[in-house]
Parts: sequence; C-alpha cells; structure tokens
Amino acid sequence: MSTFEHPEHPDIDEAMWSRINQVIDTNRSVSGAIITVLRECQDVVGYLPVPLLDYIGRGMNLPRSEVYGVASFYALFSMTPKGRHTIKLCLGTACYVKGIKEVMSRIENKYHVKDGGTTEDRRFSVQGVRCLGACGLAPVVVIGQDTHGDVTSDKIIDIVERYE
Amino acid sequence: MPKFTVEDLKSIKAGHADRLAFKDKIYLLICGGTGCHATGSLKVKDALLSELAAKQLQDKVTVVETGCNGFCAMGPLMVVHPGDVFYQKIALDDIPRIVQEHLIDGKIVEKLLYKDPSTKKPIAVQTDIPFFAHQMPRALRNKGLIDPESIEDYIARDGYLGAARALLEMNAEQIVQEMIKSGMRGRGGAGFPTGVKWDFARKSEGDIKYVLCNADEGDPGAFMDRSILEADPHAVLEGMIIAAKAIDARKGYIYARTEYPLAITRLQIAIARAKENGLLGQDILGSGFDFDIEIYQGAGAFVCGEETALMRSIEGRRGMPRPRPPFPAHKGLWEKPTILNNVETLCNVPQIMLHGGDWYASVGTATSKGTKVFAMSGDVNNIGLVEVPMGTPLRTLIYDIGGGIPKKRKFKAVQLGGPSGGCIPEQHLDTPVDYEEISKVGAIMGSGGVIVMDENTCMVDMARFFMDFIQEESCGKCTPCREGTRRLLQLLEKISQGRGEPGDIETMEALSHTIRETALCGLGQTGPNPVLSTLRYFRDEFEAHIYEKRCPAKRCVDLLEFEIDPELCTKCGLCAKACPVDAIVWQKKEVARIEKDKCIKCLTCYDKCKFGAIM
Repeated sequence: MSTFEHPEHPDIDEAMWSRINQVIDTNRSVSGAIITVLRECQDVVGYLPVPLLDYIGRGMNLPRSEVYGVASFYALFSMTPKGRHTIKLCLGTACYVKGIKEVMSRIENKYHVKDGGTTEDRRFSVQGVRCLGACGLAPVVVIGQDTHGDVTSDKIIDIVERYE
Repeated sequence: MPKFTVEDLKSIKAGHADRLAFKDKIYLLICGGTGCHATGSLKVKDALLSELAAKQLQDKVTVVETGCNGFCAMGPLMVVHPGDVFYQKIALDDIPRIVQEHLIDGKIVEKLLYKDPSTKKPIAVQTDIPFFAHQMPRALRNKGLIDPESIEDYIARDGYLGAARALLEMNAEQIVQEMIKSGMRGRGGAGFPTGVKWDFARKSEGDIKYVLCNADEGDPGAFMDRSILEADPHAVLEGMIIAAKAIDARKGYIYARTEYPLAITRLQIAIARAKENGLLGQDILGSGFDFDIEIYQGAGAFVCGEETALMRSIEGRRGMPRPRPPFPAHKGLWEKPTILNNVETLCNVPQIMLHGGDWYASVGTATSKGTKVFAMSGDVNNIGLVEVPMGTPLRTLIYDIGGGIPKKRKFKAVQLGGPSGGCIPEQHLDTPVDYEEISKVGAIMGSGGVIVMDENTCMVDMARFFMDFIQEESCGKCTPCREGTRRLLQLLEKISQGRGEPGDIETMEALSHTIRETALCGLGQTGPNPVLSTLRYFRDEFEAHIYEKRCPAKRCVDLLEFEIDPELCTKCGLCAKACPVDAIVWQKKEVARIEKDKCIKCLTCYDKCKFGAIM
C-alpha cells in the first residue's frame, strides 16, 4: 500500500486516488515502469495535473524532475484538462495530402479553438495527432471512440455537431 | 494446459488443412483491420451471423474475422471461399441479399464487386483484381486468411515450424548463417543486413541479452507494421524466438505504438496463447530453450524509432538517442547486448528458417533480396497494403497495382520513406524498388510509406509539412537538429507566406548540408531530406513562390486571391451553397461573385466547382 497522503485536487476524487495508488503499487518495483504508470494514471484522471506528477514521483521513488521530464517529452501526456469530447485530427502525410489542413481550419474558425486547445465550455478539445495508420480512409478524424473516414472540410461540422 | 511438441504442431496442421483449403464449408472472411472496423465491419459481421442463423445456415457457413486484408479504402471487405470472391463496401442492407443470392442461390452479387477504374468492368475473383494480382505475399502471406486470434490457424499455415527447426535442429551460428545467406536487410528503413547484426550480438559477451521488436511505426503515412500485427501477430513472436536463439537471449520486448490499440490487443492475445501452449516460456517445444516476450507501449515520440532512443524509452526515460559506438549489439538495453528488429523483418524470419536463405534470396535484385511491403496512399485509386518483389519499378506500383491517379488529374511526385525520405518525380518512375537505386534518385527505401501526390499538391507546402513534423519531433539533444530544423521551417513558412527573398534557397541548402553532417542521430541526419529532394526536382516551384509570389498548385493560401471567371461559371450556385462564411454572392441565373473581405480562403469553393471557374 502507498503510505503517502495524497494532495487534494478538484478533478480527482477518492475513487480515482485509490486506483492511482493501485497503479503505483503494482509498478513500484518494476524498473522503467514510469511511462506505464503515467499512461494508466492519465487514463484514470483524463490528464496529468502537476500535483499528481509529484505524487507519482514520491510513490515511484523518483525525483520530480525526472517524472516531469518524461511527462513533458511524450506527446501522449497532457498536463492541461480536456473537453468532454476530444477531436483528434490525423496529421499524417496521407491525410495532409487529402486536405486535413482545411478540415482543421474549419473547426478552428467555427469553435474558436486552436490545435491543442479546449473550447471554453469544455465541450471539445482539438488535437492534431500523429499518423493513425488508417491512411486508406484519409482524411481521418477520431472523436471519442469513433473513427470517421473521408472527412472533408464541408462535412466536418455536421459530424462534430453530433457530439454534445 | 499441456505444452506443444513438434508432433502436436504437425497434427494440428493436418487437422486444420480442410479449414484453410476451404474444403469442408463455405467461409466468409471478414476483414477486421483498423480501417474496416472504422467503416463498420463489426456490425456487418453481427448482421451476417444473425442472418445465417435465421436461414439456418450456421452449420454450413463459417464467419471468420481476419486481420487487415490490405485494400483498406474499399472497406468493409469480405472474401467468400471457396471461389475467392471479393466483396467491397458492404452495407448492412446488403446482407440479406448476399446470403440469399450468393450462399443459397449460388449467384455472385455483382453490385458489391470491385470495378476496374478505367473499364468499369466488375471483377469477382480477388486474385484477378490488379491490386492483388501483381503482389507477392511473403511477409503478408497470412493476411486476410487466418483468424489472428487463433493459434491453430497460424500453426496450420506452417506456424512455429520454423522456430521448431531453429530450436531443435540448428545451432546459433547456423541460424545466423542462414540469415546472412538470405540477404535480408532491415525493413525498418536503414537496410542493415539482419544476419550481420545478429552475428555481432551473438559474439558479444554477456550473460543477459535482449531481443527487441520495433513496432513504433512512426512515419506518417505508413501502416505496414500495424497491418502485420493485426493480421499475423504470431509470425512476429516466432521471428523473435528464432532471433533469441541466435544470440542466446532470454527476454524480449515489443515496443508498440500506443496509437495502435487493436494491434496491441491482438499481440496480447497471441502472447497469452503462445504461453499457454508452451511456445513461450520455459523449455519451448522441449528444446530446453527459455524465452519470454513482453509488450512495452510507447507514448508518442517519433524519435523512439531510433534504436538507442527506443531503448532509453523502455528504461523509463526521455527517449533521446545517444552517440554510437558502442553499438546496441554490445551495449544496448540496460547496457546489455541487444538486437532491435522491425516487425516486417521479424515476420519474414520463420519462412527463412523453414525454406532456407537461398529460397528467400531467389527473388529481388543484386543487393536487395526478397520482397518489400509498402503502404500506398494519397492521390491514387487503390489505397492499401502492397507486397512486391524487390526490383519492381515504382510505375508498376502506382499504375498497375495502384490503378493510377483519380479524378483524371496528373501525377506529380511520389514520396517515399516518410519524413526522412524524398519525393520522386515522373521522370524517375521507372526506378526499381531497391535500397541503392532509390537513394540514387534522392529518396530512401524507408519503412515503406508510399504517398502519391497529384498536380494539386504544392511541393513547397509539402516540404513545410515534413519540416514541421521533424522540427516538432526533434528531441532537442543536439543543436544542429534542434535549431537547424526550426530555422529551416521558418524559412519555408516565410516562402509559403509570400515573404521569400532571393538567397533563401541557398541558405536552406547550406543549412541542410550542415545538419546532415553534424546531427547526432538518423532523425537529424535525414531531417533535411524533404527540403533537399523537393529542391532537386521542383526548384521552379520554390522560385515561383519567392520571385513571382505565386503558388502554382494553388495551396498556399497567403498567395491566393480568389476570383470567379464569368466565362466558365455556369451559374449553378454550388460554390455559394458550400461557402461556410457566406462570402459568395449568387442569385439564380447570375454569375457568382466573391466578396474578398469576407473570404477566409478555405478552398471549399475551389474544390467544389466542377468547371474550374474559381481561380
């Protein structure tokens, strides 16, 4: 069991803390497990607020500089909160050639949000992501768990509007 | 569960022969790759199952969810055996018809067949479709055929017999010699001879050694490894077992991209099945050899495709490369001797053990042996996964297999090798697929991404796109890459925004050569390639942007002013309806007009107009 007091954080409730403790306990003695721990904790909370990074560092017996260093290096980890729906736009070459840039600018104009940002009402987060490997469907947009293929700039708003 | 012996493998193979020859029943092979899942293949499968039950055909017909078939753009896909009939773009409403007409009446449903893009004639049999006909599947030999979650299906296709041979009949040196004889070169991109790499690690002293599989397919526009892992995960495991025996390793890791959830799930299932049956773990096949594999999920960093960076990442640190030597074969993961091979390389290994190195080397060119898998996408009719013998001309790839360029547009360039690669123009399309020949024309073989671009692609914009990627993914450890790529990106942005000045091209060239010579790892050394190769063949486009402030392909929006040509306008109003900001004024029977202060240059009207009236 983790012996540390956890800090208070508005986005993390008790159930989440106990799952976080589980993740840390399972991985504490595994060398090189910090990336796994960060990923699983991010799955629990949705993002990685700095107090959580500190807590993970203490639990894993790693300096906070090292935990922060890893969290800031990899694209998967986010230290800012996300919206209810994350719109992922594939920025792979095939999607680019097929017009994802125009799709992105349509979303940015309509919802006043930039790549990497979240709308003020926290309805959407917009994220340009690395190639999803579904090039046959280019341009590809993933919203939540749904993959949408052949998304052109004139179709995108209709698709996005389905997510409240 | 009892552990398999070689006899067990052989009896499973014999017992499954009818299933794989499609002799006992009708088989419906539904593609369950990422692409087809996204277009709804799982719903099609469920609908088929319930329709079969309703017609009481469930004993005569078996539905199999296979891995990625490769013809991704046509999904959801299904192949019916016997007969090898290929159905594409299947909708839920089509299911009753398929069951009634094909399965009960024995008539092929013509509406769902592939149609030749030029003759519009339907083609029923999968192997008659040009996309498949010109291919030679070796790495992809099981794709679309076996259920990737069934170890019996894999064994029935000679699975684990290569490992059995390597473990029971060969010593480490013989395995390495067979690999050297095969002429196999690393399919991850650099093309280093696999057998030679294994030989270094074999001779390296150490009680602990590691075998790593690089499944961090980071090149944008490449999906070979994803498809292999989804369709045939056991082949990769078997290749790793053989590699482990060759260098005497006891532990292996597969470093997999977290963006590929389905591939990871299939790998997890495969590892669990292999462990249950004693094909991983202790005393594999009674040979006394122990080996275990773990999956390590990456967290999104392109540079982790570089071997030393990948090893740092498994160690739980920032994935930054270190200078070589020492090479990983001497000091790799946790400072122990390590080999790292790509997914495609590993899945060829069992075949080489089974049929011999000479068999593998029997196709290909003088220096590039065997076959290569390519992921073809972009502006080409047939998008998907392609495996051809080395030496196949690019033209065959794009026109015979790919079916040419859609919308009657003209071919402009093909981009090979991802961000570290280069663009090849029309005049070099007869270049054969061969490590050396491709680098002569300024690109690299790379991992196998082939992106076709038509005349509407701006090469300055493409160079900017790739440089943006490289700059973003630069880990920041060495100055030439960290600062140099950023500076190149700034120059390219300046040019595409119409602020280019005389001398910019020369500055980019000088900078590119400096980065190439001084960067620490492969990412930096090849980083300037997109700039150098576009400059080599499309210098005039750069000059048009700089001196005439003009984008010939009409993609760089800062250089464009949109107008409607009254002569060409048919007064249809499509552009006005499509405009998202109501910047186009149009009334029935009148020529449309663009209000320039409202226009956001989104190109929607330009793409919508069928008459080329917007310019």
